[in-house]
Amino acid sequence: MSKKPTKLEKDIPTTGHSWDGIQEYDNPMPRWWLWTFYATIVWGIGYTIAYPAWPLVKGATEGVLGYSTRAEVQAEIDSFDAANEGMRQKLVAADLNEINSDPELASFAQNAGGAVFRTWCAQCHGSGAAGAKGYPNLLDDDWLWGGDMEAIHFTITHGIRNEDDPEGEARYSEMPRFGTDELLESEEIDQVVNYVMSLSGEPQDASMVEAGQVVFEDNCAACHGDNAQGDREQGAPNLSDAIWLYGGDYADVRESVYNARFGVMPNWNTRLSEAEIRAVAAYVHTRGGGEEPAEEASE
Amino acid sequence: MWDYVKIVLFGLIALLAAIAANYARDLAYMVHALLIFAIAAGMFIWAVRTTWEEKPAIEVNAEGYMDGVVRYGVVATAFWGVVGFLVGTFIAFQLAFPQLNFQLLGDGIGNFGRLRPLHTSAVIFAFGGNALIATSFYIVQRTSAARLWGGNLAWFVFWGYNLFIILAATGYLLGATQSKEYAEPEWYVDWWLTVVWVAYLLVFLGTIMTRKEKHIYVANWFFLSFIVTVAMLHVVNNLSIPVSLFGSKSVQVFAGVQDAMTQWWYGHNAVGFFLTAGFLGMMYYFVPKQAERPVYSYKLSIIHFWALIFLYIWAGPHHLHYTALPDWASTLGMVFSIVLWMPSWGGMINGLMTLSGAWDKLRTDPIIRMMIVSIGFYGMSTFEGPMMSIRAVNSLSHYTDWTIGHVHSGALGWNGMITFGALYFLVPRLWNRAKLYSLPAVNWHFWLATIGIVLYASSMWVTGIMEGLMWREVDANGFLVNAFADTVSAKFPMYVVRALGGVLYLAGALIMAWNLWMTVRKGEARVPATAAAVAAE
Repeated sequence: MSKKPTKLEKDIPTTGHSWDGIQEYDNPMPRWWLWTFYATIVWGIGYTIAYPAWPLVKGATEGVLGYSTRAEVQAEIDSFDAANEGMRQKLVAADLNEINSDPELASFAQNAGGAVFRTWCAQCHGSGAAGAKGYPNLLDDDWLWGGDMEAIHFTITHGIRNEDDPEGEARYSEMPRFGTDELLESEEIDQVVNYVMSLSGEPQDASMVEAGQVVFEDNCAACHGDNAQGDREQGAPNLSDAIWLYGGDYADVRESVYNARFGVMPNWNTRLSEAEIRAVAAYVHTRGGGEEPAEEASE
Repeated sequence: MWDYVKIVLFGLIALLAAIAANYARDLAYMVHALLIFAIAAGMFIWAVRTTWEEKPAIEVNAEGYMDGVVRYGVVATAFWGVVGFLVGTFIAFQLAFPQLNFQLLGDGIGNFGRLRPLHTSAVIFAFGGNALIATSFYIVQRTSAARLWGGNLAWFVFWGYNLFIILAATGYLLGATQSKEYAEPEWYVDWWLTVVWVAYLLVFLGTIMTRKEKHIYVANWFFLSFIVTVAMLHVVNNLSIPVSLFGSKSVQVFAGVQDAMTQWWYGHNAVGFFLTAGFLGMMYYFVPKQAERPVYSYKLSIIHFWALIFLYIWAGPHHLHYTALPDWASTLGMVFSIVLWMPSWGGMINGLMTLSGAWDKLRTDPIIRMMIVSIGFYGMSTFEGPMMSIRAVNSLSHYTDWTIGHVHSGALGWNGMITFGALYFLVPRLWNRAKLYSLPAVNWHFWLATIGIVLYASSMWVTGIMEGLMWREVDANGFLVNAFADTVSAKFPMYVVRALGGVLYLAGALIMAWNLWMTVRKGEARVPATAAAVAAE
């Protein structure tokens, strides 16, 4: 080495090797390093005795602690389940309309239903339940299939337009494809779109509205009603409230008439327990648009 | 005779590639077949035109070493580094601002899903791989006092490896992937890499066998373990059956949890042998050279080398805690990871302590500062890794950004910085320049990169631990409190910080590329006296 010698160089010999000018000191391994290394080895042996570790011909050592990750998770789930069992039974036994009026039950349903919603429903309806194009907003007063507890509970249980509900009770309706299947002339479609738009805002071409009303009465009113107020029995949307599932632009509405659009919702009765369905129904009901049962409302 | 072989070989490859392009079942395969056809046809014409001509002798430097291929490797390293950092920075912004998933290029080409493997492969295999090949070729010659074995085989390794990178990168963009992390390239690209890698092993081993030094230097132990182990990992993890000889898609031989375990045995040891053992080889040469000090402890180097390569290979199952993997495998993965802690730190100690008696260089030499910070990050991430492998810690950290932060403190800090140090060391020597064009620029690079890494790692710790806690947060009844989307929106500010860290790191690399370029173009030539002194050393 060309550099001036330092203390280290005087005290510690090198191994005598030199590669391209690189030499190596013959320093011992640092003691703290060596002892920590030994300690991790000893700990490792102990740990593999305590926990399942060494593979054998068939299976593996189970460890003296009898630990298993699956058992640990199951124990945790069981403890929560046991703690909640009473409330769960109460929830299933309660009258649907009573759930949100019983403070204890309502609070439990909020927590449980919220967790179910964030796990299973948020993917389509959004984590805040505000929906998205094609996925209804659950915060507003507009309901396609009804907004009281019974209706929400039924929709969640059986779903919409799916073929998986074991009871075959999925809500079902289908709008005809007026353009694709040539049920209406192109001009008639333009007319009816202008009429529908005039109900909640400005039509694109006011001169078509009158003709459009005739087309509407002949073709659409059967489901959407004479005043286009919709029909929850058939899941036919209210077309006069300026709330649009697939957008309210002229092009959007025309596409809906031309090609017909409707979504599918799974039946949850095969994936969630009755208690979970009731909880999430109560949760959705309290998002802002929940309605009272029909007979009470009429009183 | 050899000329005829070459003509027949290139002609045959061109013909087969043309046939393959004709029958291609998907776009990626067709583009690759056409690319190979073009290269083979060009080589065929060149071979025909140079038949019986006197072939130029292999170019060697004054000491008889073959440095041309190392120079190309240095250029490729710097180039791919900038490309990889650029793509990484862009996809970091994509995560913060999903609108950046441009559809302009059509059919998903610009999507995060395709750019992400482009980034990881560009930095690990293109930047890191070229750095490893170039430095190992440089180091093995000098520490063995022997020229690279096999003549032009070293050139085949360089060009073959970079062809592999082009095939892999274009394949990702066109949608060809076998969906195994860090092993995404499809079957024919894997086959090609196998050929190149065997050639690499031959060159390296051949040079060691013909060495004139009695002992094999420690750097070469690490390089050899890296080359051999990567060959084994690559072959086993890529065992697959092509759906068609004329298509890119293949089906893995292993299924389910066996496939997952094989993948993470591979994935973890890609880190262990590619990014740790290989780069320790670099460290063991460049740190003592730059510090002009002997290696701290020969004994430590022996013990930590054998302990490291023995223990690393078992640690993979810690990537699969709390999955379908049996508990026994998970326990073993964790235990081996923790026992691995000290062997990993052996390299850190040997690197840092090599500076004993020369600590003042940290103040005066930005290159040594880069190397030392690199070793510091190595020590940090080899402590963090074993800690995260503990099942209880992993139950919080797994699937979160903490993992991303951990990987990047290792990759940007350790692999990146030691490579930058090596490039700054190599360029003046390889191009025969007295010194680097600008030392202040190295200083700028150092600080930009260091601050970039700090921003990156700390923002990912914050988001990682935050989302881990949000995922497991339950209310008094044991019900989950947060939706997944809530954690995504909560991470937004830290995603911006991370992307800015990437910008700084990229800026540093661009300064380096400029500095190296100017060194080659405008640096003053090394005066003969210096050259003579080096030769005598």
